[in-house]
Amino acid sequence: MNQLLAFRTRASNVLALQRHGALIALIALLVFGIVRYGDRFAGENLANLLADDAKFALVALGMTFVIMSGGIDLSVGSVALLGGVVAAQASGAGLVPAFGLAVLVGLALGSLNGVLIAKVRLEPFIVTLAALLGVRGLALYLSDKKAVVASGTGSFQDFGRWELLGLPVSAVFMFAAFLIGAAVLRYTAFGRTVLAVGGSEDAARLMGLPVARTKFVVYAMSGALAGLAGAFLAAQTGSVSTDTGIGWELSAIAAVVVGGTLLTGGVGSVMSTLVGVVLLQLIFNLIVFENSMGAIEISSFWESVIRGGFLLLVVLLQVKLSRRRASGGTAPA
Amino acid sequence: MPETTTTPAAPSAAAAPAVRRKTSWAAYTQRYGAGTALVALLIFNALFTANFLTPANLLYVQLRQAAPVGIVALGMAMVIATRGIDLSVGSVMAISGQVGALALLSGTGLVPAVALALLAALLCGLFNGTLVARYGVQPIIATLILFIAGRGIAQLLTDGRLQNVDDPAFQFFGLGAIAGIPVQVVLLVVVAAAIWFVARSTPFGRYLVATGDNEPAARLAGVPVRRVKLIAYATSATLAGLVGLMEVARVSASDANNTGLGMELDAIAAVAVAGTPLTGGRISPVAVVIGALMLRLLQNTLIAHGVSREVAQMITGFIIVAAIYVQRQAGEGAG
Repeated sequence: MNQLLAFRTRASNVLALQRHGALIALIALLVFGIVRYGDRFAGENLANLLADDAKFALVALGMTFVIMSGGIDLSVGSVALLGGVVAAQASGAGLVPAFGLAVLVGLALGSLNGVLIAKVRLEPFIVTLAALLGVRGLALYLSDKKAVVASGTGSFQDFGRWELLGLPVSAVFMFAAFLIGAAVLRYTAFGRTVLAVGGSEDAARLMGLPVARTKFVVYAMSGALAGLAGAFLAAQTGSVSTDTGIGWELSAIAAVVVGGTLLTGGVGSVMSTLVGVVLLQLIFNLIVFENSMGAIEISSFWESVIRGGFLLLVVLLQVKLSRRRASGGTAPA
Repeated sequence: MPETTTTPAAPSAAAAPAVRRKTSWAAYTQRYGAGTALVALLIFNALFTANFLTPANLLYVQLRQAAPVGIVALGMAMVIATRGIDLSVGSVMAISGQVGALALLSGTGLVPAVALALLAALLCGLFNGTLVARYGVQPIIATLILFIAGRGIAQLLTDGRLQNVDDPAFQFFGLGAIAGIPVQVVLLVVVAAAIWFVARSTPFGRYLVATGDNEPAARLAGVPVRRVKLIAYATSATLAGLVGLMEVARVSASDANNTGLGMELDAIAAVAVAGTPLTGGRISPVAVVIGALMLRLLQNTLIAHGVSREVAQMITGFIIVAAIYVQRQAGEGAG
């Protein structure tokens, strides 16, 4: 265990600069927004931003654990669509059954991924790619290729209106989920095993760590969180359109990377993913504000260009940092 | 797959060479799962699908639909052979299509327009390749950048508006035929043959496989690993650009919002389903073409027999996993 602890401490030292890089950028953009647009930006706008972000953040949280274990989950967008569809269809029964069903469906599909990857030992990329295709087919089949409208009479759609501590309840939920995730990573044997498996699966196996079980759990968890994210979407918007979830997996990966988690696995931080998610969303929010001020004229097509450019910047920064680390000899390349 | 019903357990390690020499049906089906599935689908369709075995259907429907994915998948296979992945092919198709259409509409003439479009695609590939080879960025992230930004760039070129291209010479790329064979199919064969020759008979082919198999060892052995990767990504993007032009020519319009959407997944699935491991070190153009044909024919068969598109998609996902599983069993059995 000592080795593991040392490993983790070193990893978090290494990550500190990267993590804080994203955090510094986030704070800088927040200050810029508040100074430039004042209350219009700071109050309700930010609360809405966080509420909107919650579903993406939940997906990215699951993805963070998958990536830290050295894997990838491409199926999250389709699972979120399916979660949203079943939640909307079950919404007449009330909030808890609808959400529960979405989580269960996500958990089942995530477990299927997990079994194929951890027990049958197929490549994560292929298994979850096939799931991306197959689950979207299943969701479209269930929804009859039409947008599914949630029941307006039950408690389901109240979820989007509830507030807690002055924040939308989905934002509170998001923060809670990330705090739990961070605690799991930092303080539990499971969290340390995830990092050990991602660092070196063979070494982890030789140390007697439950490699297969750990991998199974991260994919099951990712599926459950994606299902929950779909239920969030259904409750917040009152309907689930058929194009829901397209590209979510790549946005989630981008957010994880922007946060500073390395795709090679073995290192990572949960809270930095949250920073990454909010940061990427905030950029668009600021673009919308700039457009509305008439200061610049940026069409929505610029969004993806800027998002890609930002990802490039972060990646090059990571390369630079990791090279400096490598030449300093403090960490393995 | 009627053959598989009599399949015994996977051959043991000791028996494997003998079994492979004999190419018993059991070993064959396992090693060539996708090819067997393709043959089974062809037989099924020949028996149960009306008007299937007509030249018009085989050439102009089945093959012409499968060819674009096949060509992109061949480039993808080169990247995968180096242990990489190229998520940007769909966006590169959109960029190339837009550039080609814009150039044609501005009156540059056919050849410069095609050249400009391919040049744009090549630049995208060099961008990907530089990030991967020179900066050591992980392929999935390096190509994710253009996947995200590329479509935006293509849309910005015309503010997202559709461009109609009705130049007859240009439409030949999408609708024409050479000696009765659709252009796409001819190109698929040419590209597959070229990559087959390069992979089999040139030093670059061996470098490609060595790079993906064991990069540090390849580097120590003097393989120009960086250049090999750069060329692989450049080829993948250029082929994607070519297919982008073909798609624009086929529908006689350039639509940056939809050209090449989801192509990366189709191409990766085509490569993987025919048994090329995503962990690199192997390339088989024939298998890639079989994979692309099989997946397309599978979907068309299901839809022709009244299965809805969504269910067909579910079955496709299942077949991909099943194919990988069967072939992996064969791989482990053989040693």
